[in-house]
Amino acid sequence: MSLTVGVLSIQGDVQENILSAKSAIDELGIDGTVIDVKTSEEISQLDGLIIPGGESTTIGQMSLVNGSLKVIKEKIEGGMPVLGICAGMIMLSNTANDRVVGKTDQPLLGILDIKLERNSFGRQRESFESDISLDSINIPKFNGVFIRAPSVSDVGSDVEILSKFNNRIIAVKKGNVIGTAFHPELTKDTSLHKYFINLVNTSKN
Amino acid sequence: MLPLSGERQDAKGIIYDKINSIDTLRGSSTVKRGFAHMLKNGVVMDVTNVEQALIAEEAGAVSVMVLDKLPSEVRKAGGVARTASIRIIEEIMDSVTIPVMAKCRIGHVNEALVLQETDVDMIDESEVLTPADELRHIWKWDFTTPVVNGARSLAEALRRIEEGASMIRTKGEPGTGNVAEAIKHIKKVNDELRTIKAIYDSGDNQDLVRMAREFKVSYDIVEQTAKLGRLPVVNFAAGGIATPADAAYLMSLGCDGIFVGSGIFNSDDAKERARAIVLATTFWNESDKVKEAQKMIDERQSMLGLDVNTLELRMQDRGGSA
Repeated sequence: MSLTVGVLSIQGDVQENILSAKSAIDELGIDGTVIDVKTSEEISQLDGLIIPGGESTTIGQMSLVNGSLKVIKEKIEGGMPVLGICAGMIMLSNTANDRVVGKTDQPLLGILDIKLERNSFGRQRESFESDISLDSINIPKFNGVFIRAPSVSDVGSDVEILSKFNNRIIAVKKGNVIGTAFHPELTKDTSLHKYFINLVNTSKN
Repeated sequence: MLPLSGERQDAKGIIYDKINSIDTLRGSSTVKRGFAHMLKNGVVMDVTNVEQALIAEEAGAVSVMVLDKLPSEVRKAGGVARTASIRIIEEIMDSVTIPVMAKCRIGHVNEALVLQETDVDMIDESEVLTPADELRHIWKWDFTTPVVNGARSLAEALRRIEEGASMIRTKGEPGTGNVAEAIKHIKKVNDELRTIKAIYDSGDNQDLVRMAREFKVSYDIVEQTAKLGRLPVVNFAAGGIATPADAAYLMSLGCDGIFVGSGIFNSDDAKERARAIVLATTFWNESDKVKEAQKMIDERQSMLGLDVNTLELRMQDRGGSA
C-alpha cells in the first residue's frame, strides 16, 4: 500500500525535509508520497510525520492555535511513526530547559520522557558540523549538522539512545518515535530519512 | 538538501576545531545558511529593549533584531545611526530563548566583528543605519557568524551572496509603514529570476554571460541561480510591513519569511499586532485565518505611514550601486 508521509508545515525547513524524504522513498523503491501538512484533517490521513527544524516556541504556539498539536499527539500515541529534528525533538519532549534562560513554558507534545537542554552547544557561532555515528540503526558514519542544537541530558527507562556526541545524547528512539538534535535534511546523505521511511513502511504494512 | 552555490572553501570564517579531540567545522556555508533555513515561514521582529523582545518571543517570533532606535525613529532623529548598545544586546540575549540578531552599518567591518564577538546569532548589514563605506560591503566570507543583506533586485542580491551573505531580504523602504517598496523589490527579483531561468532553459549560454555582466557578478552564480529558479539562500521580505495582510501578501509572492521593523512597536497595539502578524505569516494561504489575524488589530492604532515619493531620505538607495 502506498505510504503518505507528511512534513509539519507550520514553521521551519519544511521543503528541505520534503526533498530528503522524497529522495529516500525513491532510493528505497517504495510506493509513497511526501506532502506538507498543517491542518488536523491533513495530519489525520498520514502514515508518518516529520517535525522539521525551526523555532520550537513558534512551532508549538502556532500548532496549538489550529488544533494540530492535539491531533499529532493522538496519532503518535496511536502508533504513527514520527521523526522530530532539532525543534521537532524539542516538541516531542516532556520538558525543555534553555541553557541560559532556564525552564521554558512552551507547548510540547510530551511523547518522549527525556530531559532536554535547548541551545545546548551555544549560540550560532558555536554551531558546527562533525562526523557522528548511529551504530544501533546501522548508520556508522553520518555528517551531523548542529545548528543552535539541543541535547538530551537524561532519558527515561523506555527511551533508547541512538547516538552521542562528546558524551551528550544527540539522537533517541522510543518505539516508532525518533528525535535528533542534528539536521539530516541539510546534508545529501538520506540514510536517516531512509531509516525513518522504512519504519513507516513496516508500521503500515 | 541545501543549495550551496558560491561556497568558498578558503573562507576565513570557516574554523576547523576540535571538541574533546573530535574534529568539528564551524562557519561553513551549510551551518551559516542552515541557520537561515530554520527561520523560514517565521517573523523576525525589530526590538529596542528586553520588554519588547519578550513580547516578540511570546507572540511567536522566530528571532528578534536589536536596534538602538526603530527605523521610523532613526528617520525622525536624523544624524548618524550606528549599531545598538552592546549591553542592551547582551541583556536581550540573556532574556529570550530565540535567536538574537543585530544590525551593523554597511561596510563597517569592525562593527560587525564586535557583533560577532558579542555572539549574536546573525548580523544584518543594514541600510537602516548610516553606511560606513558606500563602495564596499563587508566581505562576509571572513565571518563565522552568518550575515543577512538587503536587496532591491536580483543583481544586488547576487552581489551580496558573492560577498558571502547567508541570507537575503528585500530592502523595501524602512520605517515608513508603507509596504509598496517591499512588494516592488520582491516582484522585481521574481521577474528577473524568471528571465534567467528562461534563458537557462533555452540553453543560450551567451545570453547568461550577458546577464552576469549586467548584474556585475560571476557567470557561475548566475548559472546556478538560473538552474535553481530561485535565490540560492533564504529570502525574506522587509521594509514597511505594518499589518497581518501585508505579511500574508508578501508570503504569497514567494518570500520565505518576514522582517517587521517599526510596524509593531510603533503601533499602539504592539502585543496583539505582533501575534497577529505571526498568525498571518504562518497561515498566509488560509484567507479566513488572515482575516482573523487582521481583526486582532485596529487600523486606528497602526503607525501613520509615509508616502515613499515625498521622503527626504531613501534608505533603500544606500549601498545599492556597490
